[in-house]
Amino acid sequence: MGFLKRFFRGRAGVQQLPTGTVTVDRNGHIVTSTVSSVYPENLLRDISADVLALFREARTAQMPLAEISLQFGSLHITARELRGGAIIFLLPQTALLPTPTPSRP
Amino acid sequence: MDKAHKILILDDDNDWLTLSREMLAALPSRPEILTANTGKRALSLLESEPVRLLICDLKMPRIDGLQILSIVRRRYPELRTVVLSALEDEEFRSRAYALGVDLFWIKIEMQRNSKLFIECLESLLGRDDEPGFRGIQSKSLMDIIQMECLSRSSTVLRITRGPLVSKLWIQDGELTDAEAEGVRGEAAFRRILSWKSGTFENLPAEPGRERTILKPVNALLLETAQDMDENATPATPEAVEDAAHRKTVWKLSQLTRAGADFVIAIPPEGMGEPEALGTQVVTPLVQWTRHAAAIAYRLGEQLEAGPLLQVSGQNLERQVLVLGLNERLYLVGWPADATGNLLERSRKLVASWDS
Repeated sequence: MGFLKRFFRGRAGVQQLPTGTVTVDRNGHIVTSTVSSVYPENLLRDISADVLALFREARTAQMPLAEISLQFGSLHITARELRGGAIIFLLPQTALLPTPTPSRP
Repeated sequence: MDKAHKILILDDDNDWLTLSREMLAALPSRPEILTANTGKRALSLLESEPVRLLICDLKMPRIDGLQILSIVRRRYPELRTVVLSALEDEEFRSRAYALGVDLFWIKIEMQRNSKLFIECLESLLGRDDEPGFRGIQSKSLMDIIQMECLSRSSTVLRITRGPLVSKLWIQDGELTDAEAEGVRGEAAFRRILSWKSGTFENLPAEPGRERTILKPVNALLLETAQDMDENATPATPEAVEDAAHRKTVWKLSQLTRAGADFVIAIPPEGMGEPEALGTQVVTPLVQWTRHAAAIAYRLGEQLEAGPLLQVSGQNLERQVLVLGLNERLYLVGWPADATGNLLERSRKLVASWDS
């Protein structure tokens, strides 16, 4: 098994975008996740660590934020602060989904 | 003999691919037509073939057109892209244009106006990347206005620079009105001429439009050119100070009119000092903005999530947006109760600030 893959390995790999919700504690540990288990966990941990760093540095900059949103062409990441941790919503922007309206505090 | 350009059509409907292939074979430049019915196949072809133009459907299984467009805009910035979709939704149109596509056509419109569609594609295939206003290359806006006036035209010139839109009304070769960034008349005309690049289109004339500009167009062009020269090279230290003061007052008025709390313009590190209006807390916010942008760009690359559109944050008192324009980052603060499309409003604010 896997013999043919060695010769016919795809040159242009496309990574699936994550979809679901992740909850992380203040130390960046993933507490709960609805993202497919196929999605690499290290990428989810990177997202969590970056989001927590953004919240932490916003507090240091005297601008504590309750919500942070990163919008890419194909993915929206929205994170809400939860007592030092965060709940992170990962929503791919496909042609089949409408653009979500930004939420209000 | 010129080598034929290659066009790649991506659509999950094989019948449509066949139809499109036959239609595009009629292009005068006789391009080579490649087809792909999956995003993966299209990406493989783009890696192996020097494709000039990608025609992409939006609604496809597994990897949709927007995702493919995000990837190709990053990997192949020189590639021309056209969206050809059955989705008649303005939202998809604006999202596709936000990704930087050159054209968006509805399939049914393409079938109805196939001649126009073919002409558009031919123009895209032949166009080279040169500075200037798209449509008439190497011509400044002054040249375009002079051409319209000399030919005694009656038209409305709609000029677009990023999110900023302005209009010039020309009637029987005379400039009669101008409108830009909330102002009209000669002031608007001067603002438009200060724009260094953009696109324009001719709209039908509006003979009933109220006249606000009475000076001959040549006199106005001369005055504006002189003003621009003087602003570019102020003669004395007092003139330099006066020009800087006027610039600050103008920026403050833009901030107030837009209803924003503050703006910080942040150049790349080592390329000058940040410029802030409306806030005293500059250094920590500059650091946060730079770091937020760096994190977002890295995450976008890592996740292959397409180009970064915006970073925003909010609390009970305030909403903030991070935008990038012309190598500079901007942090724009808005009151928590500010409504409407804040991304668009912020873009307009920083674009007028930058122009």
